[in-house]
Amino acid sequence: MECKLVPSVCSYCGTGCGVLFEVINNKIVGTLPMKTHPVNEGKLCIKGWNLHEHVNSILRLKQPLVKTFGRFMKTDWDEAIQLTADRFKEIIAKHGPDSIGVLVSAKITNEENYLAQKLARAVIGTNNVDHCARL
Amino acid sequence: MTNSIAEIEDAGCVFIIGSNTTACHPLIARRVIRAKEKGAKLIVADPRNIQLSRFADVAVNHRLGSDVALLNGMMHIIIKKGWHAEDYIASRTEGYDALEEMVSRFTPEKVQAITGVDPGDLEEMTRLYATNPPGSLLYAMGITQHTTGVDNVKSCCNLAMLCGYVGVRGGGVNPLRGQNNVQGACDMGGLPNVVTGYQPVADEAVREKFSKAWGAELPAATGLTITDMIPAMLEGKLKGLYVIGENPKLSDPDWNHFNHALKRLDFLVVQELFLSETAQVADVVLAGASVAEKDGTFTNTERRCMRINKAIDPIGNSLADWEIICRLSTAMGYEMRYDNPEEIFDEMAGLTKSYAGMSYARIGLDGLQWPCPDKDHPGTPYLHKDQFTRGKGMFFALDYKDPAELPDEEYPYFLTTGRMFAHFHTGTMTRISPHLDVEQKTGYVDIHPEDAAKMEVRDGDMVVLSSRRGDIEAPVRLTRSVAPGTIFLPIHFGEVPTNVLTNAEAFDPLAKIPEFKVSAVKVHKLVL
Repeated sequence: MECKLVPSVCSYCGTGCGVLFEVINNKIVGTLPMKTHPVNEGKLCIKGWNLHEHVNSILRLKQPLVKTFGRFMKTDWDEAIQLTADRFKEIIAKHGPDSIGVLVSAKITNEENYLAQKLARAVIGTNNVDHCARL
Repeated sequence: MTNSIAEIEDAGCVFIIGSNTTACHPLIARRVIRAKEKGAKLIVADPRNIQLSRFADVAVNHRLGSDVALLNGMMHIIIKKGWHAEDYIASRTEGYDALEEMVSRFTPEKVQAITGVDPGDLEEMTRLYATNPPGSLLYAMGITQHTTGVDNVKSCCNLAMLCGYVGVRGGGVNPLRGQNNVQGACDMGGLPNVVTGYQPVADEAVREKFSKAWGAELPAATGLTITDMIPAMLEGKLKGLYVIGENPKLSDPDWNHFNHALKRLDFLVVQELFLSETAQVADVVLAGASVAEKDGTFTNTERRCMRINKAIDPIGNSLADWEIICRLSTAMGYEMRYDNPEEIFDEMAGLTKSYAGMSYARIGLDGLQWPCPDKDHPGTPYLHKDQFTRGKGMFFALDYKDPAELPDEEYPYFLTTGRMFAHFHTGTMTRISPHLDVEQKTGYVDIHPEDAAKMEVRDGDMVVLSSRRGDIEAPVRLTRSVAPGTIFLPIHFGEVPTNVLTNAEAFDPLAKIPEFKVSAVKVHKLVL
């Protein structure tokens, strides 16, 4: 049995409490507060204590989906990515780059946000980039 | 936040306006309680009686959307009593005379007429804030989600600067941000007018710097905000939308209007953990990985950039969001290849002054607070020390403006919206979490018993709530936490879609933030 604690940050609000994920045999079984963390000093709220539950949910999407005739079909990454890239390129060719919008996210990492706005600006060629800060 | 979370404990006075802190930021509320235990005064101004109201030295319910009048009224008293920090104002700020002239008109009587706050309470809360330095002002969406959101924020800054509380430890103007990486998303340039570190796209030098680094010409025209994208979709100008880790179908104002807009799109891609309301109407759904399945950084509300570490492999055949974006970019003809998120971070830090001194090694377990401009910089616990970032702190003389929609004969009740303690945002993550779901399984509407008597409804009855945008049904919860004349709806529940009622046309002209906090509604009992 392999057991480890992995330091992370709670994703249920902007406070940024330090947490430790309890991992047994590559499965997350619990969330603990980090004792030494400058933000939460070993405390968590009800949402933080249960952070691991959404990770393990049976409702998680496990592969990309493509809608065909109104119904979702499971697909592989190559097809989903190629289809998305082709459709975006088609729209750009027909209506210009500003006909596409990218909503980045207050849920994903800094690195991912950086890449998402880079994709919008450098690849698609639009500043139509926003996220839910206002909502 | 201008200041740090831990510093709240050392404030002389904590003033909370428009934040239900115990429900939405519990571990910040803990600092408020600790400050109180150490002898700090606590003031709560909120249209509802929130949990912290019970601990407050003074708690007032000001009418929804009357924040500018309330804050101007406080400044009126401060100047009249001579409680303002004259030396600080003279040496560190500008625009004071216009502010003084403006707030001189906000007499306690006028403020009472607009806000409903008793002049005695107004004077006492003002005295506590102005005479117990340093004062820490905390606010959240109760201040910003208004047509006057920018004015509200500026008024908070006016008040704090008037007392000399900005740029000192334990003081400050402290917005509590609602999402784990909303600060980071803004810092990283997830906005239509700026790239990383708030460098404006309109600036040619900035565009040149990024064009060189990225090897692609950058567009100069400011893009569309989410609020502008909706009409652009309806007009057929916006044809494709790529949504990452968001559920705008539930979180945007005026659900019916937004739904209609989404249908006009030629192509919608949603990258998500779950088949959210928005993902359900997408053409392609890309399965992202959760916080536990990837490396990276988040930046919290106090500007602290912190590491998250991969604990397990992505579930099923899902992929980390950074890998999905790289693959999509490469498929579109722009090669994006990184071995790990650390390489991405280093590229970003090289282009962003406030993050320039950060690296994964330096961030460690505790994180680093920006600005951190070089490798030896220890990070910045509070901003504007000795000098404001812009030089001098600017006072803005602001008059009170009514919200876009006030109750009238047809729609007699104020509606306000927000979160409750067990759930997060649109509930995508918390409602499938067994221990959180059990706390609150479905939506509800909070109604004061006096209003309920007039409507002839009892606790648990179903009511129909109608605004000029649409109707929804919800079970009644009787509570004195709302004032008579005001009802409250939580935003987490798709089966009680609060944003059917809210107004997409009412938003702050500058910040484009919708006025979620004020709508007018009518309520009647559902008769089957």
